[in-house]
Amino acid sequence: MAGPQHPLQQPPDVAGAAAAREALLSRTPAVIEPGHTFGSVTDKISSIVLTHRTPVGWFLGFAVGFFFLMVLNITIMKLLFTGIGIWGNNIPVGWAFDIINFVWWIGIGHAGTLISAILLLFRQQWRTSINRFAEAMTLFAVACAAMFPLLHTGRPWLAAYWLFPYPNTMGLWPQFRSPLIWDVFAVSTYFTVSLLFWFTGLIPDLATLRDSAESKVARRIFGVLALGWRGSARHWQRYETIYLLLAGLSTPLVLSVHTVVSFDFAVSQLPGWHATIFPPYFVAGAIYSGFAMVMTLAIPMRKAFGLEGFITMRHIHNMTKIMLVTGMIVAYGYMNEVFYAWYSGSLYEGFMMTNRMTGPYALFYWSLIAINACMIQLFWFRKVRDNIGLLFVLSLLVNVGMWLERFIIIVTSLHRDFLPSSWDMYAPTRWDFGMFTGTIGLFLSLFFLFVRLLPAISIFEVRTLVPEARLKTAEHQG
Amino acid sequence: MSHEVTTETLHGLMAEFDNPTDLVEAANRARVAGYTAMDAYTPFPIEELNDALGLKKNPLPLIVLLGGILGGLGGYMLEFWTQTIAWPMNIGGRPFHSWPHFIPVTFECTVLGASLAAFVGMLALNKLPMPYHPVFNVAAFDRASRDRFFLCIESTDPKFDRHATASFLENLRPLGVSEVAP
Repeated sequence: MAGPQHPLQQPPDVAGAAAAREALLSRTPAVIEPGHTFGSVTDKISSIVLTHRTPVGWFLGFAVGFFFLMVLNITIMKLLFTGIGIWGNNIPVGWAFDIINFVWWIGIGHAGTLISAILLLFRQQWRTSINRFAEAMTLFAVACAAMFPLLHTGRPWLAAYWLFPYPNTMGLWPQFRSPLIWDVFAVSTYFTVSLLFWFTGLIPDLATLRDSAESKVARRIFGVLALGWRGSARHWQRYETIYLLLAGLSTPLVLSVHTVVSFDFAVSQLPGWHATIFPPYFVAGAIYSGFAMVMTLAIPMRKAFGLEGFITMRHIHNMTKIMLVTGMIVAYGYMNEVFYAWYSGSLYEGFMMTNRMTGPYALFYWSLIAINACMIQLFWFRKVRDNIGLLFVLSLLVNVGMWLERFIIIVTSLHRDFLPSSWDMYAPTRWDFGMFTGTIGLFLSLFFLFVRLLPAISIFEVRTLVPEARLKTAEHQG
Repeated sequence: MSHEVTTETLHGLMAEFDNPTDLVEAANRARVAGYTAMDAYTPFPIEELNDALGLKKNPLPLIVLLGGILGGLGGYMLEFWTQTIAWPMNIGGRPFHSWPHFIPVTFECTVLGASLAAFVGMLALNKLPMPYHPVFNVAAFDRASRDRFFLCIESTDPKFDRHATASFLENLRPLGVSEVAP
C-alpha cells in the first residue's frame, strides 16, 4: 500500500495510519484538553451548576437580559391594548420588523440542530462539547422567533383558529395551500423535535447531577427530571438507537424549516422574492448566522466559566471555517440575484435590483455586502482564526449583516412594488425596537438561566472523548 | 470490600470496575460462564457491551418507522379532508385536492410522528420513568453516573448462587463486590 491516502480511507490500527493521525493531531488543536479523566470532566462541568456561588458576571449579564425582557413585556402590553398601529408597519410594507426578526431568529436556531444532528451523523467528535448549548440556543431562538408572527396578528388569541387545525365552532379550517400554514407546521415541529432531542441528551446528565448534588432539594429536582436513569447497558443501547434516529430525522427537518420559511417569499409574485434560489440560499444563510451566534455565546462563556479545556481552539477554528463556507454560499446567492435581475429581462426585477443598490436603503444593502461577502474573507487567515477577541467582534458583525439581509429582502421588495402610486417608505418606531431588543432580552435571560441551572456541555458525551473511554487491547470481538 | 445485606432475597450481586476495558472483559467472561440475567451500568454508552452481554437488537427503528408513517398519513388525511370535504375553497382556481401543496405539511407531520415515537418508544421500552430500582441501594452506585463501571448478575439467573456467584465476581478482579438489596 504505497502512496498517501486520505486519512478517512485508511483502516484503523495500521502503523502508517496511526503515524498519519499523529501528524494531523499535532497540527490541529485537540477537542479536549489532555489530562482529563471521567471524574474531572464530570466535576468540572457539573460544578457550574452545583456550586453555591454565582459569579458576579452572571448577575450582570442576567440583569441586562432581564431588563430587556421587561421591555418586551411592556411592548406586548402596549401592543395588545393599542394594536399593531404602534409599529411602523404600513401598506405597502406590511411585513416589516415582524418577519425580519422572525427569519433572523429562526435562522440563528439552525446552527444548533446542525451541530447536534448533522455533525453527529458525520461522526464529527468536536461537536460533542458545543452541542448542548447550541441546542438550547436553538430552542430559545425558535421561541423568540415564534412570538413575531403570533403578535403580528395583533390578536394572538384569534390566531389559534387562523393557524391551527382544530375543530372550532365556526367549522373553519386553515388554508393548507398557503406557505404561511406550512410555516406553522414547520416551526412547531421544529421546536418540538428540538426539545425532544435536547431533553433526550440531558437525561443521563440529569442523573449525574442527581447523584452528585449535595442539597436535598437539588437531588429531588434533578431526580424527577432524570426519570430514574441508571445507565443500564440495555437502556444505553435503545438510547443510542433513538439518539441516532432523532439526528437522522432532525437533519432533513432543519433543512425543511428554512426552506419553508423561504417559501413564504418565493411562492409570492413579488420581484426580489419570487426566486428559485431562495431555499438553498436561506438554509445556508441560516447556518451561517447560527454559527455566528454560537461563537458570540461560546467565546464569553468559555472564558467566564473556564471551559477552555472543552471548547478548545479546534472548535473555534472549525466554526469559523463553516461560517466561511456558508457565508460564501450566501454571497453566491447575492450574485445570483443580481444576475437573474438582469437575465430575466423583467422591468420589475431590474428595477428592484437598481433600487436596492442605489435607492433609499442602499446603505443597508452595501453594508450587508461588505459584511457577508467581503469581511468574511478574513476567515481564510489562520491569524484571524486564532484571534479570539477579533472573532467575537466579527461574529457580532455577522449577526448584524444577516439581520440587514432580511431587512433588505423584505423592505426593498415591498416599499417600491409594481405601482409607483402605492410606493412608500418604511421606518421602525421605538415599539418596533422594543419588540426586537425585548426578544434579545428574552433570549439572554433564558440562556443565562440555562447555563446556571443545567449542564451547558454534555457530560456523558465528553466522557467518551477521554482517552480511557476507548477499550484497550483487542477486545472488539464480534 | 464486600458488604453484606441481611435480607434473604437479593436483587443480585454487583461488581465495580474503574475502567470500561475491565468491565467488558468481565461481562464477556460472565456470559461465557453461562450467566444470562445480568446488566451493566456505565456512565456513557459502550458499544462493546451489547455483544458482551448478548443483547438483542431492539425494535425501535420499526417503531419509529411506524410513527413516521402514521404521522405522514395523518397529516395528509387532515389536509385532504379539510380542503376537499369539510370546507372546500377555490384558491386561485386550483383543484380542491391540489396534492403538491399538501407535501410540506405531510413531511413535517411525518418527522413529528417519527420523533415522538422515538422518544416515547425509548422511554417505554426502558420502563422509564422508574422512581425506584434496587441497584440504587448499593452505596457506591452514585458513581455509575460519574466514573465507575458496574456489572450486576441478577438473582433471577438460573445459575445464580449467593456464594458461588460472589466468588466468581471476585475472581474478575473488581474494585469490590456488593450485594444488591431488592
